[in-house]
Amino acid sequence: MDVQGFRKAILHMAETLQAQKEYLTELDSSIGDADHGINMERGFSKVVAKISETEYGDLGTLAKDVAMGLIQSVGGASGPLYGTLFMRISAKLQGKSEMDLALFSEAFDAGLQGLRDLGKAEVGEKTMVDTLTPAAQALHEALTEGENLSQGLEEAAEAARKGMEGTIPLVAKKGRASYLGERSAGHQDPGATSSYFLLQAFREAAKGHGEKE
Amino acid sequence: MIGLLVVSHSRDAAKGITEIASQMCGGKVPLRGVGGSDDGGLGTSVPHILEALKELLEEVKEVLILPDLGSAVLSARAALEFLEDGADRITFADAPILEGAMMAAVEASIGSPLSRVRQAAEEAHLLKKLGEEAP
Repeated sequence: MDVQGFRKAILHMAETLQAQKEYLTELDSSIGDADHGINMERGFSKVVAKISETEYGDLGTLAKDVAMGLIQSVGGASGPLYGTLFMRISAKLQGKSEMDLALFSEAFDAGLQGLRDLGKAEVGEKTMVDTLTPAAQALHEALTEGENLSQGLEEAAEAARKGMEGTIPLVAKKGRASYLGERSAGHQDPGATSSYFLLQAFREAAKGHGEKE
Repeated sequence: MIGLLVVSHSRDAAKGITEIASQMCGGKVPLRGVGGSDDGGLGTSVPHILEALKELLEEVKEVLILPDLGSAVLSARAALEFLEDGADRITFADAPILEGAMMAAVEASIGSPLSRVRQAAEEAHLLKKLGEEAP
């Protein structure tokens, strides 16, 4: 995946958020403060406006601009969390104009670690981590099996979907939803859902890529 | 000297808390308060925190951050990710924000090291404000 592919993934993410804004808001109004859809949609639209007008020599600079854009325009906890995810990813992509599955997986691990450092969330606490951790594992497995980026992202997105759906019965342990205690069970986590959209966006952007690898 | 950064969801709360803390230490300690989202509502803003941290790091050796709760903690931690350098000169206090800022300011004003200033902030939850025979 090159700069153009990465940009395409962010564009997909913005489009998905536009289409799913109401859905995310609905999920967030059950257990949060109903701003996740609006915040994310606004943030990624601003990011798209910025990165569409800029020429990038490497993936790291592009990912860093995504990170900066997100902390500047996404409120609540999501801005810092998604911002840090992309900031840590950008550090791994510094000076790289192309990424294969190995590099994507390495950068993704770094991003996930950033999230954990920030939010201190573990698997099973009804957060983004529940979607992203199985996705990271799927990337590792795909790598071991010698798959390409496109195949790896197919499996990562599928693992992410299962992780996201797995948040439904969970009791929230982090963030505003945790104040609800047991009442947070029975609802899918909004952050876990937008994280799935992100994996989906990268899967779409990588489709057909890597056959030549 | 240690500087203090109060991070609240409310700009007014951050301002008021730093005013009180500043008075307690006779204005001797560099203090900043940031609060509110970019559009002026309740919330926290990583860029605002980042700006205040950069200013403080120019004035002092080390900085103690006192966040109010939830996303103030996340935003302040995220700000460290975006800081080009100096993140190793910053630490956090898990403290009641008003009492913690006051105690930290007093401790910093006598030239204590960061670990001691942080401890003073974190021990603020032990403060008895109604005396032993409360209420």
